Amino acid sequence: MAANSARTGEMDPASAALDVFAADRPQYADYSRCVHCGLCLNHCPTYRLWHVEADSPRGRIRQMMLVDQGQLALGPSYVTHIDRCLDCRACETACPSGVEYGKLVEAARAQIEQGYRRPWPARIARDWAFRRLLPQPRRIAAAARLLRMYQRSGLGRLARATGILRLLGLRDRERLLPKVDSEFFFSELGKTFPARGTRRARVALFAGCVAQVAFSELHRATIRVLQANGCEVVVPPRQVCCGALASHAGVRDVARDLARENFAAFEDGDFDAILTSAAGCGSALKEYPQLFPSGDPAREPAACFSGKVRDVTEFLASLGLTAPLGRLPLRVTYQDSCHLAHGQGIREAPRALLCAIPGVELVEMPLAEQCCGSAGVYNVTQTKTSLELLALKMDAIRETGAQVIATANPGCILQLRAGTAIHGTSQEVLHVVELLDRALVPGSP
Amino acid sequence: MPPPILHELKHQLGPEGVLYQPEDLLLYEYDGSVERGRPDFVVFPRRTEDVVAIVGAARRHGVPLVGRGAGTGLSGGAIARRGGIVVSFARMNRILDVDVENRRARVQPGVVNSDLSVAVARANLHFAPDPSSQKACTIGGNVSENSGGPHTLAYGVTTSHVLALEVVLPTGELLHLGNSAVDTPGYDLPGLFVGTEGTFGLVTEITVKLTPLPEAVQTLMAVYDTVDEATETVAEITARGITPAACEMLDGWTIRAVESFVHAGFPLDCSAILLIDLDGIREEAAAQAEETLAVCQRHGAREVRVARDGAERELLWKGRKNAFGAIGRLSPTYYTQDGVIPRTKLPVTLRRIGEIGKKYGFEIGNIFHAGDGNLHPIILFDASQEQQFRNAVAAADEIIAFCVELGGAITGEHGVGMEKDRLMPLLFSEEDLSLMRRVRDIFNPEDLLNPGKVFPVLKSCGEIRARPAPAKSGVRA
Repeated sequence: MAANSARTGEMDPASAALDVFAADRPQYADYSRCVHCGLCLNHCPTYRLWHVEADSPRGRIRQMMLVDQGQLALGPSYVTHIDRCLDCRACETACPSGVEYGKLVEAARAQIEQGYRRPWPARIARDWAFRRLLPQPRRIAAAARLLRMYQRSGLGRLARATGILRLLGLRDRERLLPKVDSEFFFSELGKTFPARGTRRARVALFAGCVAQVAFSELHRATIRVLQANGCEVVVPPRQVCCGALASHAGVRDVARDLARENFAAFEDGDFDAILTSAAGCGSALKEYPQLFPSGDPAREPAACFSGKVRDVTEFLASLGLTAPLGRLPLRVTYQDSCHLAHGQGIREAPRALLCAIPGVELVEMPLAEQCCGSAGVYNVTQTKTSLELLALKMDAIRETGAQVIATANPGCILQLRAGTAIHGTSQEVLHVVELLDRALVPGSP
Repeated sequence: MPPPILHELKHQLGPEGVLYQPEDLLLYEYDGSVERGRPDFVVFPRRTEDVVAIVGAARRHGVPLVGRGAGTGLSGGAIARRGGIVVSFARMNRILDVDVENRRARVQPGVVNSDLSVAVARANLHFAPDPSSQKACTIGGNVSENSGGPHTLAYGVTTSHVLALEVVLPTGELLHLGNSAVDTPGYDLPGLFVGTEGTFGLVTEITVKLTPLPEAVQTLMAVYDTVDEATETVAEITARGITPAACEMLDGWTIRAVESFVHAGFPLDCSAILLIDLDGIREEAAAQAEETLAVCQRHGAREVRVARDGAERELLWKGRKNAFGAIGRLSPTYYTQDGVIPRTKLPVTLRRIGEIGKKYGFEIGNIFHAGDGNLHPIILFDASQEQQFRNAVAAADEIIAFCVELGGAITGEHGVGMEKDRLMPLLFSEEDLSLMRRVRDIFNPEDLLNPGKVFPVLKSCGEIRARPAPAKSGVRA
């Protein structure tokens, strides 16, 4: 409780703080739904690697229950196993009892954040990343400029050539870093892009945080594809990070603040939908109401906001493609992004869009629904495990003989690109929408 | 001071191969059942030699051994009732050899049931036993429990699909039972061994039969206003010599619970539906489907739907396969029972179950493998109320006793384990049990393997099980 009272100062009204804390732990109503049938085990990437209960969904839920009931310490063992979870939610797909595991693990992380003191380097790193960097667009831009300097000045090449990265144990992590864009997407905030032809919908684009400095091209491709299919695209100016990474890490107060800022940013505008091309963001945006306990004044705007959120593939597939598409003679395999397939239950839409492109041959890989190991910041915090999962994924991809790996989330794209670099394979890694963009016939209405 | 056996186990398996800290052992107290029991060690062999060494160490120190696959069992088979060593076969999960021409495969015990079917699907084969947990349960577990599933009706339970076994006895002997011939000369030792619930030996390798995938499958859903009509339908289907691959019944209460979540198109106002799979070569499946359809209509089915394509078939089966989970959404806890009755006695059994439910104040849904008389009543209760837990067990016992009264059995496919050991005398005389014990003693003379299972023992006080009440905060929130 000491940790809690230290934190209440940062939260909203002091009276609400206690309730918020009560909600920021796995709830009996949620974990008692697990009937420990074990059907989740074989779907869990970490159980498949190590085969121990402690690193299975069933075992993790059990640990949450034991902690909640005072039979297990909120200590290093618990924290280790909860940290090792990818939060990929493949177990939710497998669960016959409808256990909302994602909700549980995020609550467990919030509980750890408040009740457990991590070693100081982790505290500093987490504080910096989740509280100071991601919520602040200006800081993201500044950090990105530094990184861009490193990548473009030859410093990066030097670091790699001299082996200093390997010495510091950072070689693989460096490969996971996004390549920073020449032109950030921040400059497009506040703009409206008209529909081509008859307007079929008016949509808002959710631009995210890191994506604005590393995936500007994906955003531009998304806008072009939407315009070509009759959508007017607005990029609301005051939007901020969705808070998914903070929320996954248990830093819920930050996630709540970001959510409130986004409610305000998208409030007016009469949008048919709020679209994102990042499955991880989409899943968090759709689940905003879960951040607020019932009775919280933010619950209603959260429900209103979340009700409009659609993944861009979900939206396009249901709207129907009208733009003419040219031929792309490519063998493509699709990696399900966990937070699209398991988090949002969307599997058909991205596949249908890929198949709509003339010339594309879609070849399924075995276990396409298994996580590639990206999992938000997992590849940074649990690099070894992440790379083991990536190696399995690259094997599965190789079996398909595909030239292009399509997926639906920037995090997955970075991870799979690192996979092609580490394993020396030559596939191109693209978002589904980027392939659609390539297939657009220039000059058609 | 760590016990000397720990050192021996670590020496054989490495530090990653042994768990002994309380926080880890707490997670091996349970399986898919409502039973509990904490082991002292959990070990993870990777090869047969590891298992031989583990058994040797256990023998030297007089510590009991319990085999475990994925821990999905429903009768506590993988639980260390008397403590000791849980031997997890989860890391012995390699498919060693697939012989497509002779339709067999050699696997380690930790291979997941459906993983084998997926691996051989390209050769148009599958491993036929299909328990509901097939996407997680292991073949080693299937062998120990002699598992069945909806398609047991046509294909038989696990024992019909096991050709040979490599086993380590608690005496430390390594034996090879059976061979790859379908009918082995001499005694059928694999047949004796399968279904002994881990009390004869630890299985380290299994040679299984692979079955061709049917060329065609037809799925019918028949809707009834009375359970009697549905039951009569099943009786006539059987009498006519039609062998459905599966024939499942859901009662009205279950249908309503399932439909609100699965949206399979089950009518909400009916008393029973039958889901029937007919498979075989295309013409045969079609002819049987037609005949079955006529039988359903003759017995008063108010609607019979034949799935037009794979998608519709999958939707209908989704309703059945997710039934347990869907019911679980209605209640914090449910207790799935497993009994066998002569299939013609279903109506009277369901009436009796309804009365038992009323007596204890529980809602009870029923899913029935109608073809082979295996009934699964699902009792909804709240585990945080200790009295409710006791009542749920009492209600289940009454149901099972009624099954036996009608000429049925105490379990159809979940096994006896530590759940139904006390009910064994309902079915077997002391002479029967004594013969079984003598057979067991040939393999496991010192009761070192999975003690406290199958044969009736008195429950100790600590085993009167109830979950701890929810934490205060949970109630408040």
